[in-house]
Amino acid sequence: MKHLHSIRERIIYAIIWLGALFVALALLAIVGYVAVKGAGSISWAFLTEIPSRMGKEGGISSAIVGTLYLTVVAILISTPLGIGAAVYLTEYQPRRSRFTRMVEISAEVLAGIPSIVFGLFGFVFFVIFLGLGWSVLSGGLTLSLMILPTMIRTTQEAIAAVPAEFRENSLALGATRWQTVSRIVIPSAVPGIITGIILSVGRSVGETAAVLLTAGSALGIPILPTDPARSMAVHLYFLASEGISMERAYGTALLLIIMVFVINYLANLSRRRFSCRLKT
Amino acid sequence: MDSVKVRVKDLDVYYQKFQALHKVNVDIEENKVTALIGPSGCGKSTFLRSLNRLNELIEGTITEGMVIIDGVNIYDYGTDVVQLRKKVGIVFQKPSAFPMSIYENVAYGPRIHGINKKIELDEIVERSLRQANLWDEVKDRLKSSALRLSGGQQQRLVIARVLSVNPEIILMDEPASALDPISTAKLEDLIAELKGNYTIVIVTHNMQQAARVSDYTAFFLNGHLIEFQPTARLFVNPRDKRTEDYITGRFG
Repeated sequence: MKHLHSIRERIIYAIIWLGALFVALALLAIVGYVAVKGAGSISWAFLTEIPSRMGKEGGISSAIVGTLYLTVVAILISTPLGIGAAVYLTEYQPRRSRFTRMVEISAEVLAGIPSIVFGLFGFVFFVIFLGLGWSVLSGGLTLSLMILPTMIRTTQEAIAAVPAEFRENSLALGATRWQTVSRIVIPSAVPGIITGIILSVGRSVGETAAVLLTAGSALGIPILPTDPARSMAVHLYFLASEGISMERAYGTALLLIIMVFVINYLANLSRRRFSCRLKT
Repeated sequence: MDSVKVRVKDLDVYYQKFQALHKVNVDIEENKVTALIGPSGCGKSTFLRSLNRLNELIEGTITEGMVIIDGVNIYDYGTDVVQLRKKVGIVFQKPSAFPMSIYENVAYGPRIHGINKKIELDEIVERSLRQANLWDEVKDRLKSSALRLSGGQQQRLVIARVLSVNPEIILMDEPASALDPISTAKLEDLIAELKGNYTIVIVTHNMQQAARVSDYTAFFLNGHLIEFQPTARLFVNPRDKRTEDYITGRFG
């Protein structure tokens, strides 16, 4: 019997191991393929020059700046909104009122909407109706709406994980609700909030459709928030779909992947530093 | 003659439809230790938490009757709950240091009440930690995280945190139940030291503990206050049959 057990254990282990291996290989294959195809076109000039002839020549510096610019604007808008909504839902309305239910359902629905629909909305509302034009601001606002559900959800989870005793002890010392939230609850939830920001950055950096319709596809470096911009993902889309330059498309893709890795790494570092500060 | 610090009159507490306390009447003496004993679910914690209006943090709690502290009913409409909770501190069952430094844990209370000067805070932190018999163990590492302290140390830190806002009454909800015997002994010594200056009300499951630390003991059963007497008398010569059954271990 024992023997049979150990054989079955081994078979199951092998299947699980294959699953893990497959995931690792798939990731490696994608990254590797892009790296092999794209490494050749990456050079100092590729990083620092702005595209010319629609991207056939020159670099992608304006797209790099545009991507970072759009992402920063989106994060700056959605972080306070997301934290605010999450704090409201978890700290001020613990009992399910109709209003909180409505806010939660809205966030869930928002999370399920395809990005092209966000792009369309952003185009109609920010670009046309508010007259912001194709700009970093329009794009950033649209992206911020798109990532808001992630921000709310992760912050909510982080806040819910803060032990109830902290709140009780704080309130019992005579702290007001806001003092408790701002000095105890939110600081304890910071690592979780950073996780939400990481996920949101990842989505913003890689987003194409929503940005294309709201930030435009200008090739220059955006300076003011009202300037139009082209993100790397949009640039990649044009390079590949219009057959402008496949080499440069792979180069852009490779940089995009590297950028996401670097951002994740930095964010993880800062999250670890925060949780260390809390724990030790 | 002793003076009454807290006078509880006809106190009823309901959680939704469940009545947790039935018409409790009791006078708590100033600068004495009053122990609350009784089996689980008898209402002693509810009673304790009604003394600084913590029950109202639980949705659906209704309180009727009066809790008069220094002549003022704390359930009156105009009561400033912040001031009340500053005056009536509480130590919970589970030692719960905030995830910040030892110093910041103690300074938290004074800070939320508007004290921000470093010299003043330093003074309060040292005084509170000394009062809580923790100063000598932590004075060299005030800046390190409070979460590194042992359970017993954390519980004394929590007491220091309560003391930092100059309370007059300290409530303790089974403060030793998560502690080892040595930490418990230290805590009991601390209670004995504190009682000269503070009115202490302590919930405990441990009858020896009640007998050791308290001057008065209240026995609760099913939401009723069955008996309230000086501790020595209650344990030696209980008036009520149910009290006798409980303290002799026949139930609970």
